[in-house]
Amino acid sequence: MNCTKCKTKAVIDLPRHNAAFCRSCFTAYVHDQTAYAIKHDRMFGRDERILVAVSGGKDSLALWNILLTLGYKADALYVDLGIPVYSEKSREKVERFADTVARPRGAVLHIHTVQEEEGAGIKELSDLVHRPTCSVCGTIKRYQFNRTAVERQYDVMATGHNLDDEAARLLGNVLHWQEEYLDKQSPTLPASVEGFAKKVKPLYRLAERELAAYAVLNRIDYIVEECPMAKGSKVLLYKEVLNRLETDSPGTKHRFYLGFLDKQTLRQGSGQAGATSMAEKDRASLHPCATCGQPTTGDTCSYCKMMARASAAKS
Amino acid sequence: MRIKLSHPERSVEIKGPKKARDLLRELNLVVEAHLVIRGDELVTEDELLKDGDLVEIRPVISGG
Repeated sequence: MNCTKCKTKAVIDLPRHNAAFCRSCFTAYVHDQTAYAIKHDRMFGRDERILVAVSGGKDSLALWNILLTLGYKADALYVDLGIPVYSEKSREKVERFADTVARPRGAVLHIHTVQEEEGAGIKELSDLVHRPTCSVCGTIKRYQFNRTAVERQYDVMATGHNLDDEAARLLGNVLHWQEEYLDKQSPTLPASVEGFAKKVKPLYRLAERELAAYAVLNRIDYIVEECPMAKGSKVLLYKEVLNRLETDSPGTKHRFYLGFLDKQTLRQGSGQAGATSMAEKDRASLHPCATCGQPTTGDTCSYCKMMARASAAKS
Repeated sequence: MRIKLSHPERSVEIKGPKKARDLLRELNLVVEAHLVIRGDELVTEDELLKDGDLVEIRPVISGG
């Protein structure tokens, strides 16, 4: 199979685009798709400071690499969850990438260690508050990424969510008719109220397989192992189902998620409509947490409530 | 040929020659969820893999 663009030997085929690419044309394709998303969804400009949420996985390290290659000012934050073996391995991957690729280009890696800051690792916290580990992990990561972005005055926070992540999340929301979550599936979420960082997903046009291929072809050393806490997760099941559909009918994930975004835009009448309506809802319902000051719908935010419960259970 | 698999990490021996897509089918693996890597080079679905090749089938799905 030859490259659709330059006719040399291809290294990856993309059935959804009816194309195949060599290493160099594929890398250009990934960069172009990301650059298109950044511009189309008004994510950030050349002079803005970006905080990338990195985990040691392929998507977030690929995102950091792409943004630096495209010439953006991108630093990163890694949250060390304290999962035995897995966190040590993933932290090592992130630190190695920072040392060899990011720092030489002037970027900074911030590290938040849950064991030090929250007083226990993720598994112990989950046992203390009687909540699933993935739910505790999500609460801590959302809180700490937002806090770092706001406190260190980054203009925007970027995550490595890809097409598969968004299509799986959309499938889950539709299966359970969680319509209230649909607005939050836009690739750009504005800094709707004081205390919230703007959040963007520049990789939403790229499939998970494409990002893994990008990492392999660009020698990005990432953690291949799955998080041991994610076993049995519904998201993994939705991804598996969507990938079976994709293999039989290429383009299914793209049509599902990008079709949803098109309809969302049309329904609300403007390019940033989903985000605008969510911003209005946020302004009407959010106010500062009594403990930490981050925006919340209740008196105390879910992070502070969780930490108070953990602290009470410990003593 | 020796095939390295993940989740859990293991290796199996499969008789070549075989196209990458047929190898995935034989192992009951979905194309869209895997990469086929020979040595340290990514290969397309129609690539013919031969006895003696060191092949890694890498899952690409992550997230909880």
